[in-house]
Amino acid sequence: MKDEVISRDDRVANLKGMGCSRKRVEDARFTQGKGNYVDDIKLDGMLFGDFVRSPYAHARIKGINAEEALKIPGVLAVLTAEDLAPLGLHWMPTLAGDKQMVLADGKVLFQGQEVAFVVAEDRYAAADGIELVEVDYEELPVIVDPFESLKSDVVLREDLDPNADGAHGPRKHPNHIFTWEAGDKEPTEEVIANADIVAEESMYYHRTHPCPLETCGSVALMDKVNGKLTLWGTFQAPHAIRTIVSLISGIEEHNIRVISPDIGGGFGNKVGAYPGYVCSVVASIVTGRPVKWIEDRMDNLMTTAFARDYWMKGKISATKEGKITGLQCHVTADHGGFDACADPTKFPAGFMNICTGSYDIPTAYLEVDGVYTNKAPGGVSYRCSFRVTEAVYFIERMIEVLAIKLNMDSAELRRINFIKKEQFPYKAALGWEYDSGDYHTAWDKALKTVDYDGLRAEQAQRVEDFKAGKTRKLMGIGLSFFTEIVGAGPVKNCDILGLGMFDSCEIRIHPTGSAIARLGTISQGQGHATTFAQILASEIGLPADSITIEEGDTDTAPYGLGTYGSRSTPVAGAATAMAGRKIRAKAQMIAAYLLEVHDNDVEFDVDRFVVKGAPERFKTMKEIAFAAYNQAIPGLEPGLEAVSYYDPPNMTYPFGAYVCVMDIDVDTGVPEIRRFYALDDCGTRINPMIIEGQVHGGLTEALAVALGQEIAYDDMGNCKTGTLMDFFLPTAWEVPNYETDFTVTPSPHHPIGAKGVGESPHVGGVPCFSNAVQDAFRPFGNTHTNMPHDHWRIWKTANGLGLHD
Amino acid sequence: MIPAAFEYYRPQDMAGVLAILGEHGDDARVMAGGHSLIPMMKLRMADVPHLIDLQDVGGMSDIVVGADEIRIGAMVTQADIIDNTELRSAAPILREAALQIADPQVRYMGTVGGNVASGDPGNDMPGLMQCLNTRFTLIGADGEREVDAREFYEAAYMTTREDDEVLTAVIIPTPAGGYAYEKQKRKIGDYATAAAAVQIIKDGDTCTSAAIAMTNLSDTPIYSEAAGAALVGTSVDDAALAAATAAMLNDIDPSEDNRGPIAFKKHVAAVILRRAITRAWSRA
Ligand SMILES: Cc1cc2nc3c(=O)[nH]c(=O)nc-3n(C[C@H](O)[C@H](O)[C@H](O)COP(=O)(O)OP(=O)(O)OC[C@H]3O[C@@H](n4cnc5c(N)ncnc54)[C@H](O)[C@@H]3O)c2cc1C
Repeated sequence: MKDEVISRDDRVANLKGMGCSRKRVEDARFTQGKGNYVDDIKLDGMLFGDFVRSPYAHARIKGINAEEALKIPGVLAVLTAEDLAPLGLHWMPTLAGDKQMVLADGKVLFQGQEVAFVVAEDRYAAADGIELVEVDYEELPVIVDPFESLKSDVVLREDLDPNADGAHGPRKHPNHIFTWEAGDKEPTEEVIANADIVAEESMYYHRTHPCPLETCGSVALMDKVNGKLTLWGTFQAPHAIRTIVSLISGIEEHNIRVISPDIGGGFGNKVGAYPGYVCSVVASIVTGRPVKWIEDRMDNLMTTAFARDYWMKGKISATKEGKITGLQCHVTADHGGFDACADPTKFPAGFMNICTGSYDIPTAYLEVDGVYTNKAPGGVSYRCSFRVTEAVYFIERMIEVLAIKLNMDSAELRRINFIKKEQFPYKAALGWEYDSGDYHTAWDKALKTVDYDGLRAEQAQRVEDFKAGKTRKLMGIGLSFFTEIVGAGPVKNCDILGLGMFDSCEIRIHPTGSAIARLGTISQGQGHATTFAQILASEIGLPADSITIEEGDTDTAPYGLGTYGSRSTPVAGAATAMAGRKIRAKAQMIAAYLLEVHDNDVEFDVDRFVVKGAPERFKTMKEIAFAAYNQAIPGLEPGLEAVSYYDPPNMTYPFGAYVCVMDIDVDTGVPEIRRFYALDDCGTRINPMIIEGQVHGGLTEALAVALGQEIAYDDMGNCKTGTLMDFFLPTAWEVPNYETDFTVTPSPHHPIGAKGVGESPHVGGVPCFSNAVQDAFRPFGNTHTNMPHDHWRIWKTANGLGLHD
Repeated sequence: MIPAAFEYYRPQDMAGVLAILGEHGDDARVMAGGHSLIPMMKLRMADVPHLIDLQDVGGMSDIVVGADEIRIGAMVTQADIIDNTELRSAAPILREAALQIADPQVRYMGTVGGNVASGDPGNDMPGLMQCLNTRFTLIGADGEREVDAREFYEAAYMTTREDDEVLTAVIIPTPAGGYAYEKQKRKIGDYATAAAAVQIIKDGDTCTSAAIAMTNLSDTPIYSEAAGAALVGTSVDDAALAAATAAMLNDIDPSEDNRGPIAFKKHVAAVILRRAITRAWSRA
């Protein structure tokens, strides 16, 4: 046989399996403009819907007059809350246990809120119609500050009973949403009260936005003949959307088909449900024609889910030697007008309780208060697992603040407090059990690679030169060490709307030895079609190039909870490996039959089963696939298919060590990133090239957030950053050269040891960039300044420290 | 971001343009590269029922470098300026400034005429043209006239150009001496936080002439005659730099926006100007 002349190494290489930097199979179509996004969908007779939006942040609606709008040629209907109310669709449930207006029901709570839905023959007529819908607003007092909100007599959510509990327990004030706690309050307070050293800091993690290049949108088609609703949309969780649509519309779930086509980035922005989705469905039901809704950039930035907006107050205590003894954190979380966070049900502040970070902190307490304000709803995990960016920013800033108080090098402070390799699995004070880690090795490698001591010496010299008037540039060294918590998650504690957060994979092997695998996740640019085929290639011995990966169509894909929180590899990737192993188990029986030996006498070897001790006797997986369809094998069903639903036993805990070197022009506030080193440990590495791409992307979004990207409001609740002129989206020009590196500490509970990587660089990157800015000013007395570190805020820091005098 | 409906015209000559302008008055507007106008129409901040595309008119795309003067047609793009080798040696400040405008895509479309005519205080070319003491050529129903760039700007988006006039060219006295265009911005594609155009002549150790204009620090570009005067007769030493920046600060009137508060902008304006003067002087 020709096969025999091929070496084992070549057979491994031919599979393009795990560990191979296989080129992304998606890119051929994306780089040629041949992707198929929601807005590419064109159906016969398709209508276009768009929103009349509120110019006010808080106002009562006294009346809506659509008469003039309906006179515009091509405008067919103007839907308002009154039209949706009989169907019970003028409100919808949020993922956070709250409800949200689909169309303004008597009042508006944020600027840009959806007031009426204009349905027209095309988007031009819809835009003209919007101009002519007259809305009579009575302005109400606006609250944009959550602390003020908790003191105010102005009740934002008049629809809620002020005395009734919310979805997460008692509410302290009509504008209060929930209090969520983790850890032990009294013991922590006691430890901190009696500690040698206590450092305190308040920090604001500003509101920002995931801003995917493709905005949100949907196309709904209600086929009245067969009673089926097809809904295409920018959904990071198509199956969950199907269930939600069924629950709120009453259409039976088997009559709903949800399709996520190509998605141009999500970063958390496309997890939740939006009024536009609901309105496109209703409009299709009303008109009997397909209806498309697509946000423009301003709609996206101003109204669909934001991220962060956490006011964090911390205390950290330590011994004189720098051993941390306790940590306390209080968060005032600004959720906007509705609580539309996308977190697992039992975690209204996400996994903020990972805020003890990578450190062995024996006692800790966290308390989060959610608050309503007159801002857009959201609170999604922008390129991170649920609120982990906030948590890691908090602890990595607290470490720096404590280092200042101790007058100690913060690299050393980290080192003496890291959880040790032998402590894993490590049970953290706030409840999580970290699966595996080797922080000291990673940290030492990072510091050595960048010549940390050399950098500190250079920095000291720079400070002297600055003081001597020889330079106006300061040098900052940003450090961060992060532990992510991804792969939500175990069904026992993670669900969304009651749906357990397992995931799934279904594999069909075709007779000629190629395959299709379908998953419950959906790629938004992560390259699933590439990496999942690689996992399978290694598991089932068929080349990745012969395996099609399909996601996003609920009629064909098995049920899953979608892609966000770096959960695809930890959960669906595990399901893929497990389903692959089922295939392999059956293949083993087929091989044994064909080779006329006992099942246990054959073993898997790369792409074949061989008779133990007789390697010349084998059957390739290709041969086995064919046999599955053409042999009557006693005791075995024909065919070669498998399904796996994977409920992970634990989260995975990727980690990493980052260093940023920055020069800061004190006079203009302009920072220049000289060097950025990122060491990531995501466990087993499936495709190193894709990992590197993910790291570059996550770091770039971290740079954006740390150095300027924000959603800002004025006192009247006007959004000041509604276009890309003011909302900072970095280009190649602003982005430094990234040096990437890695260590490998596999997850002990994951079938292939992989941990997920897409979000780590964002989580670790934000504090690293921020720490670099803050570190530059540390020699002049700076302890903390808030992000975003845009030019004027950096300038303000310098100014406040007297560096312009 | 969908503009209101409009009529689109593509006349073949200037007479055709002027005829449409004459017929529709301020309901009509010319469009050059469209990279200021179209966004405004999409945001429905500009209402243009009759849009006249200048692309086919002809005669406005030349760069002529003469002995004393440079004539740049209104339809010359920023990319054309960057690529023109004659211009690069005759007036290098134009290239230095053009390279700091927007990004390559915008520069392939954005024209000199559109940039100076729109009256957007964020645009870089108006200040640059004031620094270079440029004249703008305008044509209207009553024929041609010239206006000094330093007299052209009245307020944001308000210029001395009449609604029925078209700007056909800018005429720049060939600059002499050292130059610098210094701009601070938040990112590629951003308008200036502060920008300074400086053209300076040196005789021995003494400055004999200096022209200074600032961008995006008032609702018009600011030609600061006093700032230039503060340098003349000096050796551009520290005292002269301080005097020039102080004079400039007297002339600008920045407002707060997302780039920062007034105090910051003034500080940066002074820093930027200092750097621009220093660089220009080193090249003089
Ligand atoms: C993302 C982005 C970033 C940008 N950043 C910068 C920047 O940093 N600096 C900068 O200087 N510019 C910047 N610009 C503006 C860009 O350079 C514009 O192209 C330029 O200002 C206008 O040129 P235009 O040919 O596109 O004019 P148009 O948009 O066609 O016209 C602008 C205005 O001028 C009028 N007009 C045009 N031509 C004539 C004429 N010949 N006679 C009379 N009136 C005329 C039009 O009626 C209109 O009112 C940016 C633009 C974009 C989209």
